[in-house]
Amino acid sequence: MKTSTRLALVAALSLAGLAAQAQTLLNASYDVAREFYKDYNAAFVAHYKKTTGKDVKIDQAHGGSSAQARAVNDGLDADVVTMNTTTDVDFLAGTGVVAKDWVKRFPNNASPTTSTMLFLTRNGNPKNIKDWDDLTKPGIQVIVVNPKTGGNGRMAYLAAWGYAKKKGASDAQAAEFVGKLYKNVPVLAKGGRDATTIFLQRNIGDVLVTFESEVVSVDREFGTGKVDAVHPSISIVAENPVAVVERTVAKKGTAELAKAYLDYLYSEEAQEIAAKHALRPRNPAILKKYSATFKPIQLFTVQELFGSLAEAQKVHFNDGGQFDKIYTVK
Amino acid sequence: MTVAVLSAGGLRRKPRRVLPGFNLTLGYTVLYLSLIVLIPLSALLFKTFTLSWEQFWAAVTGPRVLASYRLTFGASFIAALVNVVFGLLVAWVLVRYDFFGKKVVDALVDLPFALPTAVAGISLTALLAGNGWIGQYLEPLGIQLAFNPNGVVIALIFIGLPFVVRTVQPVLEDAEKELEEAATCLGATRWQTFTRVIFPSIAPALLTGFAMAFARAIGEYGSVIFIAGNMPMVSEITPLIIIGKLEQYDYAGATAVAVVMLVFSFILLLIINALQAWQRKRGGAPV
Repeated sequence: MKTSTRLALVAALSLAGLAAQAQTLLNASYDVAREFYKDYNAAFVAHYKKTTGKDVKIDQAHGGSSAQARAVNDGLDADVVTMNTTTDVDFLAGTGVVAKDWVKRFPNNASPTTSTMLFLTRNGNPKNIKDWDDLTKPGIQVIVVNPKTGGNGRMAYLAAWGYAKKKGASDAQAAEFVGKLYKNVPVLAKGGRDATTIFLQRNIGDVLVTFESEVVSVDREFGTGKVDAVHPSISIVAENPVAVVERTVAKKGTAELAKAYLDYLYSEEAQEIAAKHALRPRNPAILKKYSATFKPIQLFTVQELFGSLAEAQKVHFNDGGQFDKIYTVK
Repeated sequence: MTVAVLSAGGLRRKPRRVLPGFNLTLGYTVLYLSLIVLIPLSALLFKTFTLSWEQFWAAVTGPRVLASYRLTFGASFIAALVNVVFGLLVAWVLVRYDFFGKKVVDALVDLPFALPTAVAGISLTALLAGNGWIGQYLEPLGIQLAFNPNGVVIALIFIGLPFVVRTVQPVLEDAEKELEEAATCLGATRWQTFTRVIFPSIAPALLTGFAMAFARAIGEYGSVIFIAGNMPMVSEITPLIIIGKLEQYDYAGATAVAVVMLVFSFILLLIINALQAWQRKRGGAPV
């Protein structure tokens, strides 16, 4: 991961030397967005050429979402960041690398796409898993990402907690519910991909809780028909925030290009590409068009139940928080 | 090691060193060590100084952190012990016997050095998981080697092996065969020959190998992470705790735990070095 970031950096730097003819833009993004941005970049380059007549070259650097945020903070010259948790962009806003009001710079909380948490079960759903309740039943093995090490895991945890709350549980009851769920977890995966590997290659567990957008890559890499996607009745909105890295664009003079790049994510063409990669588009018409993939389930936002992701982080995931209590309080 | 000799004539002049270039080489050593080791380490310390003492204490003594120390140091210790026994055996076979394919076996020993540790972790997991080549036969017997602390120990044994073999091997090669022959002539049993003659001469090397394997294991991340299962309080290694803290953007907390590990490792290495020195003195083995 680190090497790829560094390689991308080297590539970006060496290309910057030739920047006379074509401007370059470096997009620091999270791991599993690789395929989406490959398609999107091609579309954007064509669009930019058509509207401005200028050539542009987009480079990608991928890694774990927060590892990327740290790299950008420590000096990786990315022009834009496209992450999968707002925490990562908030961190960059806190250190002054992106604008303080980054949420308001682009529509929809600066998140052109969203995702949600759903279940993958073994083909045919032999354990008949339908909803979050089923994950807490004895004898069910659940594979999830460690909320300490991955945004995917934080969303899964919050989705389960939110489900309990939406069903009218008190905080104490929600804590008990989530605790029961994590008692069914035999292995805590490090990140989204690690979880998929444990579930499909190691063949451990009855159900994998992951992003809706993972389903497409699972089908692509492991062949269709190995898993069933199960949408729970209630789940969480996971926003995929984007922001311009002010520090870099000021230095490189790419502010305009960076804005155009992120703006175009909201275009119909880009939203359609996102939908094909199982990222929920914000555009309602396109969302509807792909309703076979994006089952209309009851969704809640982090803001609605937890105030903000930063607050959820404090209460649930920081050391000594709710998540730790599941394991440390007997 | 004193390399100073008095100059001729017995005059009480400043002793001159036999080897020239002491100042230059020492200067270079200090500079090099500073650049490569001391500066990064002091950066680590400075980062922790942003914490107050209470915060530092809370960061390094959380229940999950304490459990991870136990696992990391315990598993590293066991793995290093196993490597001392079996690494000695490997070194012994490689030095004392000639057989077909010896060169290949010799080269194999170094593989854990060269292999990216993540690759090692993934292949070990693929072998030992419940559906793996080996795991599928062990699981029905109730033996689980992946996704629990057993997996951690196995991964650490893998990465630590060459350290023991490569430190013991040259010493065994240099050991004088005549001493063993003499011992036999004097009526020593084979066991006595081993414990009284061979073992004392290789013990310092074994200790060094142990220390290196142990120190390497404490810092290992890549291979362990895939096979450990990473359950809080059970199979979380300390480096994972550090990564976890970084993921929360808790830089200071992460470095605090790192400093604790560093101090522990340093103390352990010091003890082992002291043991070695004591061993040499007592055994009178060649330095």
